Amino acid sequence: MATISRPVPGTLVRPRRSAGLWADAWSRLRKNRLALFGLVLVSLLLFTGIFGPLLAPWPYQAQDLKAVAAAGGGPLPPGSPNHILGTDQLGRDLFSRLLDGARISVSVAFVVQLVILTLGVPIGALAGWFGGRVDNLLMRFTDIIYAFPDLLFIILLSVAFRDTAFGQAIDGLLMVFVAIGITSWVTVARLVRGQMLALKETEFVEAARAIGVKDRRIVTRHLLPNGMGPIIVAITLGIPGAILAEATLAYIGIGVQPPRASWGSLIAEGQKWIRSEPHLVTFPAIAIALALIGFTFLGDGLRDALDPKLKGKQ
Amino acid sequence: MSAAEVPTVIELSPEDVRREQLERTEVRPAGQKADVLLKVSGLSTHFFTPDGVIQAVDDVSFELGYGETLGLVGESGCGKSVTALSIARLVPDPPGQIVAGEIVFDGIDVLKLSQEDVRKLRGSEIGFIFQDPLTSLNPTLTIGYQIGEAIREHMGLSQKAARERVVDLLSKVGIPRAADRLNDYPFQFSGGMRQRVMIAIALSCDPKLILADEPTTALDVTIQAQILELIAKLADEFHTAVLMITHDLGIAAGMCDRVNVMYAGRIVETATIDELFDDPRMPYAWGLLDSLPRIDDVKGERLRTIEGLPPLLIKPPDACRFHPRCIYEREICREDEPELTRRGSDSHYARCWATEPDGWIP
Amino acid sequence: MITYIARRILWIIPVLFVVSVITFVLMHAVPGGPWDQEKRLPASVVARLNQEYGLDQPLYAQYINWATDFVTGDLGPSYRFQDRRVNDIVADGLMTTVQLGVMAFILSVVVGIPLGILAALGHNRWPDYLSTSLSIVGIATPSFVLGILLIIVFAVNLGWFPTGGWKGPETWVLPTVALAGFPIAVIARYTRASMLEVTRKDYIRTAQSKGLQRSAVVNRHMIRNALIPVVTILGPTLAFLVTGSFIIERIFNIPGVGQFYLNSITTRDYSLLMAMTMMYAFAVAFLNVVVDVLYAYIDPRIRYS
Repeated sequence: MATISRPVPGTLVRPRRSAGLWADAWSRLRKNRLALFGLVLVSLLLFTGIFGPLLAPWPYQAQDLKAVAAAGGGPLPPGSPNHILGTDQLGRDLFSRLLDGARISVSVAFVVQLVILTLGVPIGALAGWFGGRVDNLLMRFTDIIYAFPDLLFIILLSVAFRDTAFGQAIDGLLMVFVAIGITSWVTVARLVRGQMLALKETEFVEAARAIGVKDRRIVTRHLLPNGMGPIIVAITLGIPGAILAEATLAYIGIGVQPPRASWGSLIAEGQKWIRSEPHLVTFPAIAIALALIGFTFLGDGLRDALDPKLKGKQ
Repeated sequence: MSAAEVPTVIELSPEDVRREQLERTEVRPAGQKADVLLKVSGLSTHFFTPDGVIQAVDDVSFELGYGETLGLVGESGCGKSVTALSIARLVPDPPGQIVAGEIVFDGIDVLKLSQEDVRKLRGSEIGFIFQDPLTSLNPTLTIGYQIGEAIREHMGLSQKAARERVVDLLSKVGIPRAADRLNDYPFQFSGGMRQRVMIAIALSCDPKLILADEPTTALDVTIQAQILELIAKLADEFHTAVLMITHDLGIAAGMCDRVNVMYAGRIVETATIDELFDDPRMPYAWGLLDSLPRIDDVKGERLRTIEGLPPLLIKPPDACRFHPRCIYEREICREDEPELTRRGSDSHYARCWATEPDGWIP
Repeated sequence: MITYIARRILWIIPVLFVVSVITFVLMHAVPGGPWDQEKRLPASVVARLNQEYGLDQPLYAQYINWATDFVTGDLGPSYRFQDRRVNDIVADGLMTTVQLGVMAFILSVVVGIPLGILAALGHNRWPDYLSTSLSIVGIATPSFVLGILLIIVFAVNLGWFPTGGWKGPETWVLPTVALAGFPIAVIARYTRASMLEVTRKDYIRTAQSKGLQRSAVVNRHMIRNALIPVVTILGPTLAFLVTGSFIIERIFNIPGVGQFYLNSITTRDYSLLMAMTMMYAFAVAFLNVVVDVLYAYIDPRIRYS
């Protein structure tokens, strides 16, 4: 596949080999300041998600009741000794709880997309490759999933299984992963199907077929690598939606079980104190905003870098 | 190649380039015809991209008489289209900019006009036919509307008169039942029919000049001939000059009296069509001629192609731009760029060391 | 076109059927029942109640009962509010929820699209930066956070609007803005990208080559084409508004139907939950048809095929 390479100035000879698709995309991404900013935010989120508990000054559930009592009972404000961002009314360190919340958001971001990939890519690929009845079935099914109000479906699933072992797993998060994944995979399946349909007609696939390459091999060696770009973009841009859905569920008390808290449930708790201690709402809100912005910018940047339609244009 | 190894580009500001160009611009062969419609001199159009300045059109000069059809021939990316867009000041800015030169159209210095005055020139005096009729028409507006638009804008006709003119134009470009098709959308027409619609748009206000940018490249071979014939016929009927931009010397031969061959942003040979076919004086033009199929070809002989790709025009060195692909290339070609100099006749100029009087090709 | 619309509307029926079956099964898979309340009822009472409401029958029979009633427009008795029919509960709050959704939708479109157009026309200049910054704030702020912030700033601190309720125009402002914030941002971003894409199209160059005035090129050639892809996201936007409304109703204490959704799940109020699900599913499916028809209206290539 031809890629537009960076020209070498001051010569009349075109470079023979162009950089690969990925190297090319990376060089585009590097020039996009917003995308780099997004990448920094996402890396930061990943870092805190993985190493957060090591950095946290307190365990997320630890209650510093003495400090709260000394201050007269309410939540501690930011800048208190030992509690850089303050505490809630039970003396739990907000900074430590935010770091733990990052871990939840990161796991939502990636586990949900993993669920979506494992469901959406094979189903979409099958529908696109075989077409006909298989394809029809998928399209009808996506109609139904689209008509299901997704947030309500997630709530129904979460509440239905809240008291089962499955619902209790990973502090109630497993259910949330699966529920969000189930409502979101169709978008990726449709995308993969469309890619598959378009690529199936291309010459290199026809050539591969003509020389007798097996179907499975064509799909795994030719179609999937070539359709990777848009899938990666869709996955990245799907992450903010998943984080948002988890935060909203947590806000209305579904999903993560106390004493663990996600950013959404921190906001729900902090809301009671909003007049005197607004930091209990603002810090988690900022954390959510940074995560959403990070993935959105990175996704936009990836789309611009990987979308061949925009290639070579300014 | 990793991105880090790419040499850094020395950024040139438009002002720098303009100054440099002005210094380099020399007097071109003076116009032989007194009645020139379009005179382009020293035109340079550059694109300012993050990768560097692309010198898409570099010091290009030519003339076009009233009613004349002139060919502009070269590979894709050689600067033909940008030349045409520059004439109507339609080069997208950013990143494109006309950095030097003069374009005199019908006695008007186009580059000195205000935006508003150039706009009034477009469509009314200068019509365009673009390459791809599938993408050049607006998919959401009826063709009647799209043809009538320029008429209403420039000719000040009443709704009814404008409509009549549109029907008239449509039948002139050979669309059957023209009056019934005014309310159809572009997708309801075939590629050839859409190109006829484009021609009707280009002719809608009786322009003095039509810039036809590869008007048949996107069409089937049989349709190509019809469209070319139509352009020739209507240009004659409307007494319109045509700048025929094509990569196909065969098309130029059928349509034009004179041809400019462009390579890498420069005109490399200018001649009458006979001179070019009988005695081309630039190896690139030979290559173009060799790649045409000929009726007297020995059966089974393969068409010859020019090896390699045209260069990317970022900071081209002072050298013949064709030398990396030229089989006659010598040291001087790599060290110094040849000028466009006179060959056999007043109408024949070429840019090649090898065919200069003291060159190594007789 | 009419057969297309008819087919699309008819297709809603099987969709609703499948949605209702899934919900029905899931709902009954949930442990517990509508009679599990604070104080445990004697087993004999539960048995009698189950018999009275038909909950002792096999699941398929219960579904058939529910479906027959549903088709005749009877949503059944509420298990939680035992003196009320679900029809009445829904009738009380529905108009409020619809009004909130419609106002938020209008606000999203009326603000989002012009914001996107302005950004594209002022590409890389201040209108672009302003509009882009606004949409970044919009997508980064979940509606519940926006709701809380609006209450704190405009109701508590400035006192311009009441903190909640639904009694007249001054109570409508904050919830509508809170609900519309995210869709405004999404629509603006999408419109901007679509406009920038259209700017590069060959037919825009054709329009310019005709010597049209800039306003004609923008209004007739760019905006109309740029809005075609924007219409496709109106479907998801409506779905967002439909489901998002119940969070906003909670925050602003609005007596819409949204509040019943969560309650009906936790209290196992089967008939109310079914009614809510069917309503939301119908709204989303129907609005999607409306959006597709709008799409065909704006794009002649679809209208004529």
